[in-house]
Amino acid sequence: MARMKFLCDADRCIECNACVTACKNEHEVPWGMNRRRVVTLNDGKPGERSISMACMHCTDAPCAAVCPVNCFYTTADAVVLHSKDLCIGCGYCFYACPFGAPQYPKVGNFGSRGKMDKCTFCAGGPEADFSQEEFAKYGANRLAEGKLPLCAEMCSTKALLAGDSDVIAQIYKERVSRRGYGSGAWGWQTAYRESIAT
Amino acid sequence: MAKLVAQMRLIAGALALAFMVSLSAPVSAQQPSSVNPTADAVKEQQLLDQLKMIQGRVSIPDEKSGMLVHPAGREWRQFHTVILKWIGGISIIGMLVVLVLFYLWRGPMRVKSGYSGINILRFDGLERFVHWLTAVTFVILGITGLNITFGRITLLPSIGPEAFSAWSEWAKYAHNFLSFGFTLGVLLMFVMWIGRNLPTAADVEWLKQGGGMFDKSNSTHAPAYKFNAGQKILFWIIIGSSAAMIISGFMLLFPFYSGLTVGNMELAEIFHAVVGVLFVALILGHIYLGTIGMEGAFGAMADGNVDLNWAQEHHSLWAKEEIQAQRIKGGVMRPAE
Repeated sequence: MARMKFLCDADRCIECNACVTACKNEHEVPWGMNRRRVVTLNDGKPGERSISMACMHCTDAPCAAVCPVNCFYTTADAVVLHSKDLCIGCGYCFYACPFGAPQYPKVGNFGSRGKMDKCTFCAGGPEADFSQEEFAKYGANRLAEGKLPLCAEMCSTKALLAGDSDVIAQIYKERVSRRGYGSGAWGWQTAYRESIAT
Repeated sequence: MAKLVAQMRLIAGALALAFMVSLSAPVSAQQPSSVNPTADAVKEQQLLDQLKMIQGRVSIPDEKSGMLVHPAGREWRQFHTVILKWIGGISIIGMLVVLVLFYLWRGPMRVKSGYSGINILRFDGLERFVHWLTAVTFVILGITGLNITFGRITLLPSIGPEAFSAWSEWAKYAHNFLSFGFTLGVLLMFVMWIGRNLPTAADVEWLKQGGGMFDKSNSTHAPAYKFNAGQKILFWIIIGSSAAMIISGFMLLFPFYSGLTVGNMELAEIFHAVVGVLFVALILGHIYLGTIGMEGAFGAMADGNVDLNWAQEHHSLWAKEEIQAQRIKGGVMRPAE
């Protein structure tokens, strides 16, 4: 099976936020929550960088390790998913996550938070594929349709790559060798304990 | 002289020119095939090494999502999944072992001169209400709190994920909302009992004798006022721990309120958890002494009364005060049978 990962080529990202919008629309993510966002570093200064970031689907995921009710599971494609039926909205995954991926529908309501929501790599949830319940809780299941995550598919500059680790790493390496410089596989060292040698 | 200086300047200028030409020649020879236009861009590892996190700007309303990478979550995970389980396990199970061993060695502390049959009111209705408000909320907070850390490895495998999640969700609500009752209880307790818990000269003597707790012959009874030195220490630890629990707990109860960051909340959780498990261990000792550990003590918090002989043995100075103030139940002093 594949080992699904995201890779944002920061040299190409132009902070158009199309990935953010595509994700929100595709999964009908409720108001106030974003499964993906684009963070700009050194904004307006020399050396500015923009990186599109969502759940990185970590190897040995910290969220799964700290969840008090063990609601996370990893699919055969190495996508980290969770069950909203089991989630109690304690917020611990948010404390453990290095990427700020977990989102909660309620922020200030005495910490009740509601069921956690995060990027599913467009792979739905534990419910039956394409069921109404799955869509309502987790959004579209593009992976089951044989498609890749919409954020990367929509990316206007093809900065955001989603897919099998070996394939996207190869695409990135070819780019780097052609243009002569890398841009760093942002988050990879933290998420996967490895980077892409370029 | 001026001519010499001008000549030297000429030679120095010529040397400098030659040096620059010699430097630039190999550079132009090794011109890279492409130029890196973002060579001076920020680098991930550099930022992580310098700042331990990467913070930027986002254009969505959720400003806190500008935190791009925050690897400290990994350390928090290590604390929560490994270190905390050891601290909690050792302190709570350790305390239970100590109490069992102490009970086997010392047994319940008996009233040496037997019951007199005369009652003294030790805690009035308000005191008992405040104690039990604090106690009941503490026990529920303690159990639901321990569930978050230890439930997954103890309860979850035996009752299954659905039942465990249902219980844990209610446990979380109970933990969140009963915290207000606990806070009120601790505040009232502090105001109500602080006057009785200031150190006195009698406390030094009590501590020297270990309160008679370690005298198996049961003949050591250090004089004490309403609260002995051990109880005063307990009082101050409870007040201090409760303040720590309440402050760190409210930080977790109101996530991101007034500029709280994820780093602050991780620290608050660590603090809350460590003080919490130690607090539970301490209160186990308190429960032991208030129930099976000491004969005649539980009545003080049940109907409020203790036996006069118990009072004279354990709180002799307080018993004297009560007798002098004619506050003995029934008002009649009968000799012990």
